[in-house]
Amino acid sequence: MTSWPFALRMGWRETRASRRRLLLLMGAISIGVGALVAINGFTENMADAVEREARALLGADVSLVSRRPFSSNVEGLIDSLTQHAASLAGCDTSPCALPADRRIARTTEFDAMAYIPRTTGTRLVQVSAIEGPFPYYGTVETDPAGAWDSARTGRSAIVDPTLLSALDARVGDTLALGEARFLVTGTIIHIPGDVGIQSVLGPRVFIPAMYLDDTKLLGFGARVRYEAFLKLEPGMDADEIASEYRPQLRPERVRIRTIQSERRQLDRTLTQFGRFLGLVALMALLLGGLGVASAVHVFVKQKRESIAVLRCLGATAGTVFRTYLSQALAIGLVGSLLGVGLGITVQLLLPTVLRDVLPVDVNVRPSVKAIVLGVTTGVWVASIFALLPLLKVRHISPLGALREPFETGIRTPRDRYRWLARAGLGASVVFLAIIQAGNWLQGLAFAGAIGVGITVLWGAAVGLTKAVRRWLPARAPYLMRQGLANLFRPANQTVAVILALGFGVFLLSTLFLVQQNFLRQLRFDSVERRPNLLIFDVQPDQLESLQDEIRTAGLPLAQAVPLVPMRIESVNGEPVLRAAAGQEEGDSAASATWAHRREYRSTYRDTLVDSERVIAGEWWSEDFELEADEVIPVSLERDVAEVLKVGVGDEIVWDVQGISVPSIITSVREVDWAQFQPNFFAVFAPGALEQAPQMFLTQTRADDPVVRGTFQRRLAEQFPNVSSIDLMAVQQALDRIIGRVVAAVRFVAAFSLITGIIVLVGALATSRFQRLREGVLLKTLGATRRQIVRIVLAEYAALGLLSAAVAIVLSIVAGWGLVTFVFETSFVVSVGPLAALAAGMAVLTMVVGVWNSRAIFRATPLQVLRAE
Amino acid sequence: MLSCESLTQTYLSGGKPLTVLKDITLTVPAGEALAVVGPSGSGKSTLLGLLAGLDRPSAGVVYLDGQRMADLSEDERAKLRGEKVGFVFQTFQLIPTLTALENVQVPLELRGESSAGRAQDLLARVGLADRLDHYPSQLSGGEQQRVALARAFSNRPKILFADEPTGNLDASTGGTVIDLMMELNRESGTTLILVTHDPELANRARRTIRLHDGAIISDSDA
Repeated sequence: MTSWPFALRMGWRETRASRRRLLLLMGAISIGVGALVAINGFTENMADAVEREARALLGADVSLVSRRPFSSNVEGLIDSLTQHAASLAGCDTSPCALPADRRIARTTEFDAMAYIPRTTGTRLVQVSAIEGPFPYYGTVETDPAGAWDSARTGRSAIVDPTLLSALDARVGDTLALGEARFLVTGTIIHIPGDVGIQSVLGPRVFIPAMYLDDTKLLGFGARVRYEAFLKLEPGMDADEIASEYRPQLRPERVRIRTIQSERRQLDRTLTQFGRFLGLVALMALLLGGLGVASAVHVFVKQKRESIAVLRCLGATAGTVFRTYLSQALAIGLVGSLLGVGLGITVQLLLPTVLRDVLPVDVNVRPSVKAIVLGVTTGVWVASIFALLPLLKVRHISPLGALREPFETGIRTPRDRYRWLARAGLGASVVFLAIIQAGNWLQGLAFAGAIGVGITVLWGAAVGLTKAVRRWLPARAPYLMRQGLANLFRPANQTVAVILALGFGVFLLSTLFLVQQNFLRQLRFDSVERRPNLLIFDVQPDQLESLQDEIRTAGLPLAQAVPLVPMRIESVNGEPVLRAAAGQEEGDSAASATWAHRREYRSTYRDTLVDSERVIAGEWWSEDFELEADEVIPVSLERDVAEVLKVGVGDEIVWDVQGISVPSIITSVREVDWAQFQPNFFAVFAPGALEQAPQMFLTQTRADDPVVRGTFQRRLAEQFPNVSSIDLMAVQQALDRIIGRVVAAVRFVAAFSLITGIIVLVGALATSRFQRLREGVLLKTLGATRRQIVRIVLAEYAALGLLSAAVAIVLSIVAGWGLVTFVFETSFVVSVGPLAALAAGMAVLTMVVGVWNSRAIFRATPLQVLRAE
Repeated sequence: MLSCESLTQTYLSGGKPLTVLKDITLTVPAGEALAVVGPSGSGKSTLLGLLAGLDRPSAGVVYLDGQRMADLSEDERAKLRGEKVGFVFQTFQLIPTLTALENVQVPLELRGESSAGRAQDLLARVGLADRLDHYPSQLSGGEQQRVALARAFSNRPKILFADEPTGNLDASTGGTVIDLMMELNRESGTTLILVTHDPELANRARRTIRLHDGAIISDSDA
């Protein structure tokens, strides 16, 4: 066939007049491809890092975790596992004297108040008491180096550096935990499985387990996590062992972790985050595709005469089509290759953006898979988006080279290829979304969301544009009318530009609204005067003196809330442990869930609090009194009731420290968890639990952080086992964590905005000559440079404002939906920042517009009219 | 060489059918030069378009070099044009992104012949040997039309359609272009269909048909 060589040659020559425009279209594609290559490459790097550091993530081959001290049963299992390992190691005498590195490592973790007497600083910390050779894999880096080993024998503590800075302390200080004192001998630089951000909420303190009892912190009600780590001999399969022992461990409420299970979980989390970012990146590419489609649409209109001439000269419709298709392919290919360069650069920057939220050290290197995928996707998107408008060139009649007395526009007869192209475009978006999302359902959902989003944005853009056209006051100043009229000029790309610019703004604005509303929930400095100091782990005999202490300090006293730890023994006569076993055997009738297995810290009271409301059944009256022999009424939270598959009238028997307490559900409550106050899955009527072992939680409020700090210190000195949290500090920490994640998403979303701007510039380049001619014509007719600038400004201010308006209105709808239905909290729009965003958008488009119109100011009328 | 029978073209204009050509029957032997004249709107261009196979008639048939045009698909007609037909347009219709040489080469390249020799010769023949690498916007109107002439003859057409070739040129430039066209036409023995409303130009053709309101009102040999 002679057709392709001609098409390629002709396609290349045709670019001469429009290289600038083609470059911009390539740019629009390259941004999206760059984002894809960077995100996908980085996600692969993360997976590699997880693979590489897998053993160090757990620090051992297998670990057993429990909220209670291991029963003798479990200890027996651990022994047999260790003996098994020992016998494999050739040590078959019993009991075997295990070498040091094969002893069992254990950690005991709990929260407590740390107190530095020298600086009188206090802070809630996560204590980890270490026993044995932890970790087996990976190393703990400390400052000074080697502190980890030396600290395992003496009364010393290794702490997170954030703790020292928070308490104004330094290595060498004494640190009090409960009733024990430790010497701070070093700080943690890196510990296996470490997520930097963890230490923001509660800095970690590592102490030798042999001094654990001295702290006297593991009293009644302390929430402790016990973990035993095992190292297996080569040849032993951790996962086999895990599945072998899991049925025995489950009734003991002991979880078994392996490197594989840890890796799978981490992989899943990271991959999901990566895939989510990848979908946002795909969005940028699709916007680039949209820009290509819009430009090609206008381009084809402009090329009608040339195409008609080619047809007269004997070019078939197919040849002409291939000529322009080759250009689209080139845009896709060159754009994608540029995108690869951009992507690799961005990939190098990502660890900086994402530091603190990554649990592994990521080695950034370009990923061949991501590059191939990015280039393929880029070429495909450019081609498939160009296809629909390009198909029209096949219908350009050679008659157009003569004069066209009776026809205007391109006649497009019913064309099955157009339907095929449309179907192909839709299928491509779905396919790409599925590839990027990694599963069918999410891919379809994302493609659906894009479809709805684009349709709605499109509709809004068309509607708003029409509204401006219709309601533009006839008496508006001429320059403004002229500028706005440019939005409706023939072959305008207003809607496409609004769509491309708007989508970026939409993403950023939605992100902003959700973040704002989410964080607003955690504000304690709001007018409501909510408590901002939470005091817990108060033993019953401490309650009175503690309340005295609060009063003495002149702080408001809230009612103390009793906490009674318990577990579910049976639901409607069905024992939970059998239910758990049932699930293991795949018996669907009795499935045990987290709600069956968890430890409940329930309370009892006579009234509802303001963060909850009854949605089924009835709350007991305020003067409720439990009759003798009466089953105690309980109110469950909605989600727990759903998971337990129970409702009003069902019976639950609770195991309260070994005593069976039957209860009947009399109401179900909906709880607003986002409000930072004590909320409960199960609330009991007064009268039955008062004598059960319990502890108390209370709250107070001090506006001055210094007062809060002083008061926390006094509590730490007088009640070493009592913990207190400064909720303001928690709020700041959460702000930081959420800010980090949001920054990563925003970083990727910004690519969409950049693509939008390139599409805008591309649209301007496409209509450049027409604009130049008009501008110069106006100059010829006596318009001053100043007047022309005003026309341009009016046009671009309108374009920017329209884009922003469409986007922000939609983002308010989307944000409201997300906040109301996903985060289940109230939605408030902060007008100021959104207005600033819209104004920024207008300024940005105006700058781009004026910059692109500078040729008009330079060109003399003669130059332009000559070029005709 | 070229003939048509009962050629009728009707367009929908504003929802109402508008007959632009009525029942035209015509035969043009090989080598003949035919001028089509008539006032604006008389159907000259429509006739040219139909004869050249650029459009399908509402009724009637066109035979070009023995080929019944209605039997050919859109693409087959394009190929036929590429092999046997040349065009000269009122507005020159050079492709703005191509140089003079490349414009002339297009019909050859479409047939898979990429030698620049013939195109260069033709450009030299029309007096533009030193303008090969100029773009249309760098050429004067007369020069552009001469490039168009070179292009029209590059594929050695059997029939040349010229639509108001001097319509956009001043008298003396137009005269030069017409002289050139007639010379080339004679040299290559091409059949010429010339649409014009310039009586002087029409006189250069051996035969003239006059159109009015879509019908032939006279057919005369000079």
